[in-house]
Amino acid sequence: MTETALLEFRSVNTHYGAVHILKDVDLAIYPGEMVCLLGGNASGKSTTLKTLLGMVTPTSGEVLLDGEVVNDKPTSYRVINGVTMVPENRRLFKRLTVKENLELGAYLRDDSEGIEEDLENIYELFPRVKERLSQKAGTLSGGEQQMVAIGRALMSRPRVLLMDEPSMGLAPALVQQNFELIQQIHEEGMAIFMVEQNANMALSIADRGWVLQTGRVVLDDTAEALLSNPELRSSYLGES
Amino acid sequence: MMTTNLTLKKPFELNWKRILFWGSICALSQVFICLVGLPSELNRRILIESTLSLGYLFILWVPLLFGYVVSKIVKLEGIENPKQGAADLLSGALTGLLGSLGLVLLMLGIDNLDMRDPLINWNPKLFRLLTFENSISFGSLVWIPVGVGLGTVGASLHQMSSQIRKMTAYAMFGLFSFAVLEDVIGDLSEGFRLEWLSDMIYAKKGGMTVTSTIVLAIVLALLPLLVQGKFKKTVDRYRSEAKPEDKRRNSVVLFSIVAVLVLVLPWFLGRIVNELLANVGLFLLLALGLNIVVGLAGLLDLGYVAFFAVGGYTTAVLTSPNSPWFSPETHFGISLLVVVVMATLAGLLIGAPVIRMRGDYLAIVTLGFGEIIRLLFLSDWLKPYLGGSQGITNIPAIDLGPWEVRGADPRSVFYMVLAFCVLAIYVSWRLQGSRLGRSWMAIREDESVAEVMGINIVNSKLMAFVVGAVLASFSGAVLAAKVGSVFPKSFEILVSIIILVVVIVGGMGSITGVMVGSLVLIGILGGPRQPGLLQEFQNFKLLIYGALLVFMMLKRPEGLVPTARRTRELHQEEYLQDAWLGDDESEDREEVGEQL
Repeated sequence: MTETALLEFRSVNTHYGAVHILKDVDLAIYPGEMVCLLGGNASGKSTTLKTLLGMVTPTSGEVLLDGEVVNDKPTSYRVINGVTMVPENRRLFKRLTVKENLELGAYLRDDSEGIEEDLENIYELFPRVKERLSQKAGTLSGGEQQMVAIGRALMSRPRVLLMDEPSMGLAPALVQQNFELIQQIHEEGMAIFMVEQNANMALSIADRGWVLQTGRVVLDDTAEALLSNPELRSSYLGES
Repeated sequence: MMTTNLTLKKPFELNWKRILFWGSICALSQVFICLVGLPSELNRRILIESTLSLGYLFILWVPLLFGYVVSKIVKLEGIENPKQGAADLLSGALTGLLGSLGLVLLMLGIDNLDMRDPLINWNPKLFRLLTFENSISFGSLVWIPVGVGLGTVGASLHQMSSQIRKMTAYAMFGLFSFAVLEDVIGDLSEGFRLEWLSDMIYAKKGGMTVTSTIVLAIVLALLPLLVQGKFKKTVDRYRSEAKPEDKRRNSVVLFSIVAVLVLVLPWFLGRIVNELLANVGLFLLLALGLNIVVGLAGLLDLGYVAFFAVGGYTTAVLTSPNSPWFSPETHFGISLLVVVVMATLAGLLIGAPVIRMRGDYLAIVTLGFGEIIRLLFLSDWLKPYLGGSQGITNIPAIDLGPWEVRGADPRSVFYMVLAFCVLAIYVSWRLQGSRLGRSWMAIREDESVAEVMGINIVNSKLMAFVVGAVLASFSGAVLAAKVGSVFPKSFEILVSIIILVVVIVGGMGSITGVMVGSLVLIGILGGPRQPGLLQEFQNFKLLIYGALLVFMMLKRPEGLVPTARRTRELHQEEYLQDAWLGDDESEDREEVGEQL
């Protein structure tokens, strides 16, 4: 592809202390696409996200944002330049109101008109959130919290949304609803990088996917190909 | 909700397990209070002339309280509650009896065993007090009926109509306040030229006269009849009916009245109360600073006293002629600028190494830093510069042109402290709504997610440390000028802990809460080295602080005047339950269930 990747890993290695976590990982996320990263426990999925956001610095290799090496740039730099994460289990600021949560999403912006506009967009996307603005985030139901978490991430006007296990801790009925929501946001042009255990569901809406095993990328293919890959089916999709 | 005719117990059946439980606790409490030394120590403090001393009161309120507790019934929804009656009175009486038996056992114990070695109050003085300087049998003959009687009275509180209960409460608390606050009321009436009033209430040798007690009790009991209903109604009507613009105007008026009162009142108050208010102010300043660090940013700093010390010592070195090494004898104003710089440096110095630590680790490390700073001031190494254990004395009064702020004139200190407190309150209030305040709250809630939002964790936390440090150092500076000297002993770890208790009891993160907290704790009980309104409790202050802290954590963890936010969080389960009960949408119900 001739297009520059929005976010890219070039043979990234990371360590926690002496432990080698990511081993020569190559990834690329292009504008407007939906990709997913699959892998079991302790395969390095969360580390990948943290490295993308700059909370973990790679020991070797390069992290690129719009083709620029950002290894040493802080998280705030990446947030300003359009990278945001929806954390695992939503992790809202429970004792703050819904409104305050949303506003904290726009912490690094100072265009108050733009913020106002984005708030309106979010109310339109999630009418239920608007009803609960002055309520403490911790008192919302699981589904509503997920909406606020996504809304909070959108408030920084990202170009790519990193989602850590978006279906974790949600009731089955809400998981489906949640994926529809992600798809809807994606259709409006947002690039989405999703880390999921629910491989079936994730691959059914993604364009491409990677499979991570003990810190190494073992499969890198289109979502369709991965879905029909017998190896993957046996190890991740629970079929024999 | 369906009401069934289930009854929990038959009309006349005693819950023996409950009586035994609370009775034993009642007995243990009374024995504990005796052995701690409260009655012996406070026996000299007469509350009612030749009738009641504070010492005896401390034994007497126990059966009253437990009589009340034992007969309390939790009203259950959907189940018809048994009428409270004779059985409950009997429970109260039995609880009181068990309590008195504890005292009898104690008397027998003191008479026959010698345990003075570990328990210094296991002595003849306590024995004489418990037996009324008579025999054990006489003592028992008094205590048993008294215990039974008070237990019954405690239990009967549940059966009074709310009107009578309110009157009793007014009379009891009112009398207690009048009796205990004798000094202050005397001081106040002097300021308002009402000496005749205090002369009438109190006997010459201390304590209220029996006549004035009876008259006051009646007056106080009638008070709720006259005031309560009307006052509450007016407030309610105002809340619901007044227009917003009226409300705003009225709150401005109210605020001005309070401000004027605060400014004018000290002229009518005597030395004792002014001194007290100045102390409250000094600790309020500290507590406001700690409130930013702990309440807003969620950084549990147990070495906060270090900044207090830095403020005090900086002022001492710069203004005192007795400073051993460097004594420029500058004006307080100039030294204050240096204090700000030093406090900022100290904040950064202590903050920087601990910034990556969380929760417990942060608390332990800051605890260590607090002690290190005190030990540095105490050390022989720095003695040539800071005076070691002799400290620095002879710190001059603050010269403000026409006025002078010095310790001998507590009113001037009060005004000085007031100015700093107003500044601190303004700063706290503005910071709460600011971007920085937001980032602190986000860090307090969830540090990693705050980082994902792009908040610079290190800078935000350091700012919290620095703002807290500067406020504490102001307090230290004023303290130095007020007392006229600084010693390492004034900056013990206890100060940090007491300020933390003030913040917790008042309500973390709430400015009003912190104000109420310091008024109640420092003003009434007293600070680490300062007596409060209840000077009698000086030796038992820490005991009461501890008991209060435990009680608050169990019963009202959000503090006396909480922020709405804290209340929500701490009672969230109840809220969710309410939501579940109140909401008929099955979908919502499911989601709430999942939350729980």
